[in-house]
Order: sequence, then structure tokens, then C-alpha cells
Amino acid sequence: MKSEQKRQERIDRGIKVRSENIYALMSWRELAYLAAPRLALILGMLILPLVMPGTYWQRVISIVCIYALLALSFDFLAHFLGLVSLGGAFFTGVGGYLAAIMNTSWGLPPALTIPLATVAGACICTLVLLPCLPLRGVYFAIVTLMYPLAFARVIEALDIFGGTDGITGIDSFVNRWVEQYLVISAVLLVLFGLRRLVNLDLGLVFRAVKDNDQAVKASGMSVTRYKAIAVFIGSAMGCLSGACLVHIYMWSGISLFALDFSILPIAATVIGGAGTLAGPVLGCLILVPVSELLRAFGTLRIVFYALILMAFVVFRSEGLLVYGRRKYEQFERWTSV
Amino acid sequence: MTDPPILEVRRASKTFGGVVALGGISFQVEQGEILGIIGPNGSGKTTLVNCITGFVRLDEGEVLFRGEDISRKPPHRIADMGITRTFQIMRPYYSLPAFRNLVIPLFSPRARRTGGWRGGGLLGDRKTVSIDILEEIGFERDSQVPYKMASTLPTGYLKRLELARCLALRPEIIICDEVFSGLSMSEIASMVPLMERLQMEGITLIMIEHRLRELFRLAGRIMVLNFGAKLMEGSPAEVMASEKVKEAYFGSEEVEEVMTYA
Amino acid sequence: MDILIYGVINSIALALMALGFALVYGISRVPNFAHGALYVVSGFVTWALLRAAGLHYFLSICISMSLTAILGGLIYQFVLIRVRGMPISEIIASYAIGLAILEGLRWGGFKGMTYTLPVFIDGSISIVGTPVDFHRLLVVLAGAAVVFLLWLFTRFTRTGLALRGMAQDERAALMLGIDSDFMAVVAMALGSMLAALAAVILLPLGNIVVEAGYNVLILAISVCIVGGLGSWMGAVLAAFLIGFAQIITVVYLGPHFQMVVALLAIIITLIIKPSGLFGRQKELEERV
Repeated sequence: MKSEQKRQERIDRGIKVRSENIYALMSWRELAYLAAPRLALILGMLILPLVMPGTYWQRVISIVCIYALLALSFDFLAHFLGLVSLGGAFFTGVGGYLAAIMNTSWGLPPALTIPLATVAGACICTLVLLPCLPLRGVYFAIVTLMYPLAFARVIEALDIFGGTDGITGIDSFVNRWVEQYLVISAVLLVLFGLRRLVNLDLGLVFRAVKDNDQAVKASGMSVTRYKAIAVFIGSAMGCLSGACLVHIYMWSGISLFALDFSILPIAATVIGGAGTLAGPVLGCLILVPVSELLRAFGTLRIVFYALILMAFVVFRSEGLLVYGRRKYEQFERWTSV
Repeated sequence: MTDPPILEVRRASKTFGGVVALGGISFQVEQGEILGIIGPNGSGKTTLVNCITGFVRLDEGEVLFRGEDISRKPPHRIADMGITRTFQIMRPYYSLPAFRNLVIPLFSPRARRTGGWRGGGLLGDRKTVSIDILEEIGFERDSQVPYKMASTLPTGYLKRLELARCLALRPEIIICDEVFSGLSMSEIASMVPLMERLQMEGITLIMIEHRLRELFRLAGRIMVLNFGAKLMEGSPAEVMASEKVKEAYFGSEEVEEVMTYA
Repeated sequence: MDILIYGVINSIALALMALGFALVYGISRVPNFAHGALYVVSGFVTWALLRAAGLHYFLSICISMSLTAILGGLIYQFVLIRVRGMPISEIIASYAIGLAILEGLRWGGFKGMTYTLPVFIDGSISIVGTPVDFHRLLVVLAGAAVVFLLWLFTRFTRTGLALRGMAQDERAALMLGIDSDFMAVVAMALGSMLAALAAVILLPLGNIVVEAGYNVLILAISVCIVGGLGSWMGAVLAAFLIGFAQIITVVYLGPHFQMVVALLAIIITLIIKPSGLFGRQKELEERV
């Protein structure tokens, strides 16, 4: 009569580990369990350049890191501040051009141009984005969408900074290992730095600005000020990626403002897992090589990102990382009832 | 020359697309008192709160805090001066434990400046401070309650959390927008002494309420609003006796009940 | 005089581009970032019907407008409705659709050769010494007609009134028996149709290129922000402001600065009056 009924049971594997970090020290197993994903990421990133066949794929790894920085910036701004930036390319462009100018006109070495361009670029980006920060909703998205296009037009029109030809003759890194490990360590530092930041009290305030800005105002804090701080952090990452990029390609041009730099990071974030910070890096590790393989198809790549992006957004996918984490942290098994 | 009152509203008026929400209201609040503001739904009570705290800009009139006009200041400046408010519709940070909810106000410039809390600064630990405040407001320290997710707390605790958010700023004035509504009788009963204690600590309270019985017990002075205008102002006894107020609340059983109770 | 006449024409063209976006945002609060893509699509469809299928010009315009309207409705019904009320997702999803369409068109062979639509009426007349071709005059007439028809539609038809009701208060509209989801689809279809209309009217003046999609989107958005998001009359007025500003910069500075003018207009608006020229009070509070 009675057919056997089963239900799926989901058990937290690492409940101790996750609830209070102090427990993790209790056994090597738990410690390993906690550290394994992080170590895998760090070691993986560090080993990648060594195992890549040929310089072409090593270059791809650098590009992955460039995009990962942009994706981190997007994820941070969109999911911790609620500021959707459709123009990551603007940050790349500003950082890239600054580094290029510093390098060619002032003769500064990459070791100086990159940090300088990062900070100065972030200041510029924050300043020009300031007017749309007090407002909610679509304004930030719209304005960030327009800035890269407008800047590209201005450079074209005024024929400044090399006009349509761009700036050439930029110093490259000393050798490709420096290049690789510089961008890789930048990504890792930014990733773990951001993860730390969003769990600080300041990070809580950022999240509060996103979720409930009324209460933030009622608590006597200027929402605009915290948004500006966050935009500074976010655009600094973008400018850093731009500055690295011009030194990698030894060329800076209008294509720094191109759509690729805006849309791929968004797609990577959504695929990897929005709001997880590690997700965007994972997304870039997947998307950029795929996009390199698809290079022959030209703009079809953008169609491809856009469709993936749409599918992930519309079906409210949680993203690969969130899925993976759930599988990692929980058993799922069928038990008879 | 006497000191100016802690808060003075002069001829405050505000219209929303032709609807008069506030029609030139003037009143004063003295240091340390509890002022009750009552009135039927839509009489402009919440708009008044929004105008005082800067969330809505007045069309005309001014709001003076210790003689200084604050009616053109943005909300965070006003809160920074020590005028805090609770929200009628509470929106705590649901995904955070109760005590972590207080980190946000504790991070504010005012809390860092006035509180002398241990652990200000960027990296400081605000946990102990927030637990202290929560205990003050009625979260049992040794229980699980302060550590629970805000989303799992019952309404009574959420209301207290709202108050705690105000207290974290060490405010001079707390404007309570219907803190009693939606609470059970016993929850209200435990909130009343809390309000009294806040008053004892020297905090000026402006309470907007529908729970007249408790309000009349607490407040030293009552202002009645109707259709955006001040209907009358006086001691609870005077208000209860007033025919005008009865008329404004005509049919409201609660007033009948309060009247008979009194 | 040149500035005045071409300013008016440019302004009306801008208004035509922006109305669809303003309508959709005003009614269903969806920022339709695929607006520019719909504009270009309808241009290409008209071209294809006219040149490849050899249909009559007027007929192909009608078909292309209906197709674009259906496309817009479908986009809403199957994609955007799922992310309704989530601003981040709305923006990303509609932008992704627009990108996919535009870049798909670019990849799909619409490059290299130029695609043009014929003007409706050839020839030109001279107004006080300034030569104006008939088609540009037609743009002005069409623009005025569209604004007038839209006004009639929203004031005097059932659907139009329902849409207005939804624009003002969606919940109240729901209670009055207005199917808000369906109305949002209608609004999106209508907005897409307006984009298509703008395309068939404006595209004969130039080539059909994919870049037009981005430009139209950006211009439409700047007009809407300056005018106050969701306000149609504001959009029309803002179109005149930006339109004249653009013509003046083109005359005195050069054609590259059109985009910069639009961006500056947005930024100045955001600094001075964030709600836009005609932003409603309610919205202002929501935003500030």
C-alpha cells in the first residue's frame, strides 16, 4: 500500500566553521575545509601563468585579471552600494589615458604611473560622477553609460591625446612575468581587500546606503558622502586596470572606452555570482578565455555576452559561485520518510 | 533674555500638488518635555515629522532648533544636530543581527563625536556599545535576542530597535512616529516606562500617537492637528474635555473610550 | 535664421526619439535601455521590406511599425516582466537586449554598404532665405501630430486613460480593475511603436547605422532626464532646449560635440533641479 516516500535533506556541513571562525582552529580538517577554497584560488591564480602554453595564453591571463578588476569594481558598486555602472570603460579609459600621458609626456616609469594614474583617475571619476550621486535609480546607470562615449567623442573632436590614433610608445613592463604577477597580485589584493572592507563597519554602512538610505540619513550620515567614497574605491580599481592595460598593450587609444570593458565585467559578475566578489573573478576566468576563442566572430561576442547576461538576470540565477558554495557547504541526500 | 525653546516651528506649510498637508502650523517644544501630537488620519502628523527632520522641504515657514533655522538643511545635518526620528514603517537591516543594526548609527559623525564610545574610528569595535544600548532599550543582554537576525524579531523589538537607532546618536530630541501602533497591550505597557526613562535622561520627546490613553499618561502637553492645521494645544485634561477635539475625532471609538476612561 | 529653423527641426526630431522612452518609463517605470535598438531595428525592417521584398513604401512602414511594436511587447512580456521592480535587473536586462540586437545587427552583415531609406517627398523650399527640404518639414509636422495624437489618446480613450491611471498610482489602478501587467505590455508596445515611428521619419535624413541605436538611446535619455523622467510634456520642452543647444554648438563648435551637449545638459539638470523641468513632486521626494 504504502509506497516509500523520500525527501531531499540538506545538511550544513560546515556550520561550526561558518558561524564562528574560532571553531575552525579546533581541528586540522575544519581548518583545511575553511581554507581550501581560498588557497585554491590564490595558488591557482599564482600557478596559472606557469602552466599556460605560450605567450598568447599568458597574455590572456593578464587580460583576465584586467577584466576581473573591472568586474570587482562593478560588483562592489552595484551590489554593495546599489550604483549600477554601465560604463566600466570610463574608468579604464581615464586610468589608461592618465598612465599613458604620465609615461610618454613626463617620462615616469610604470612603477609610478600605475599608482598615480589609479589615484588621480579615481579622483577624476569621482568628481565627474558626483552630480548624479544624490539621486537614486537609473541616473547613475545612464550617466555612466554616457561618459565613455562622450569622452571618446571629445578626444576625437579635439584631437587631443593623439586623437583617433591614440598614444603610442608607452613603456611595457620589464618582462612578462612582472606583468603577469603584478596584475594577478592586484586582483588578489583587491578581492580580499574588498571582502574585508564590506564586512567592516564601513562596509555595513555601504550596504545600509543600498538597502535603506532613509535610515542612514536619519542616523546623521550623508548618503552622498558614502556613495562618493565607494565610487572612489570602485573607480580606483577601474583606473588601475586601465593603467595596467596601456602598459601591457603599450598603446592607449579610444578603444579603452569601448563597450567590451563595460559589458564583459557585468556579464562576468552576473555569471559568477552577484554580490560575492569572488564570483566576478571566477566569471572572468571563464568568460575572457571563451571570448578569446570567439574572437573570430567579431561583435557577435558582445551578442553572446548580452544574451548570457540577459538569461542570467531574467531567470534570477544565483551565479556559479553561490551554487558552488552551497554544494560545498551542504550535503544533499535522499532520506526515506 | 530667556533661552530660545529647544524646537520651534513657525508657520510651517506644505502642499502636495494642491493638497494642503500643513497649513501654517506654529508651536514650541521646551527642553525635556514630552509633547504629544494627535490627530485623525491624514491630518499632517507624519508630514510634520518629515518637515522637521528635513526629509520633506517646507514650502514656507521655518523650523528653529535652539534658535537656529534648520528648515533648509538636509536630513543628515539635522540628525547630526541631535534631532532624530523613528520611522512609522520600520525598515531595519533585516539580514543583520539586531546589534549589528546599530553599527550604522554608531558609525555616524555625531555618535563618534558625542558618544565618547569606546572604539570609534574606522576599524573600531562597536559591538559592546551596541549591546549596551540594546540593553538600555529592553533587549535582555544575556538572552539570544540581541544576536538574532532582525528579520526574525517580533514587532515590539523592531520598534525598540528603531528607538535604539535614535539613542545611538545621543540625541537631544527624539521624534517618535507612532511607536505604539501595532503593539500588543503588554508590549505597550513595557514601552511606557522606557519613554519615561528617556525623559528622565533629559531627552525631549515628541510623540505622534494614535494610542491616546498611553500618550495622555506620558505627555505633558498635547497638540491636536486636523486637516493640516492646529486644532488646539493644551494639557491632556484640557484636550480630553474639548468639544472641538471630539468633533474632529467624531465616531472614533478610541476617543470615546478614552473619554469614559478618564 | 538657420539656427532657428534647424533648431526647431532638430528639437522635434529629439522629441520624437524621446517620447517612446518617456512613455514607457512614465507608465511602467521601466527604463527601456533597448529603445535605441528598437529604433534601429525598425529602420532595418523597413529597409528590408522596401528594398529586399519590394513592398510599397507606406506599406512597409506600417508593417515595420507593427512588427517593432510586437517586438517591444514581446520583450516586455517574456523578459522584462520577470525583473519588474528590481531596478538593477531592469536596467541590465533591457540594456543586454538592446546590445544583443544592435551588435547582432552589426555582425549580421549590416555593415560596409550604406543603407538608406528614400525621403517621402523630394525637393526643398526656401524659408526666409534658408533652404529646407520637404522631408524636414514633414518631420516637424509629424512630430506635432504625434504629440497631439498622444495627448488625445491619453485623454480620451479607455486604454489611454488606463495607462495614465497606471502612471499615477499602480496599486490604485489595479484596484480599479486595470490589468497592470497587460497595460505595461501595451505601454511598451506603444513606446516601441513610437521608436519605430521616429525611425521611419528620421532615418531617411541619414544612413541607417548601428551607432544610431546608441545615439538615439542616449539622446532620448538625456531629453527625458532634463524634462523630468516620466513627464511627456517635460520631454518635449527639454527636446527643444537640447535641440537648440545642439544646433548652436554644431554651428559654432563642430558636429562632434552633440553628445557632449547632451551629457552636459544632464549634469547641469542634476545639479540645479534634479527632478527635471517637469518632474513631479512625488518623484522628487523619492529621489532626493
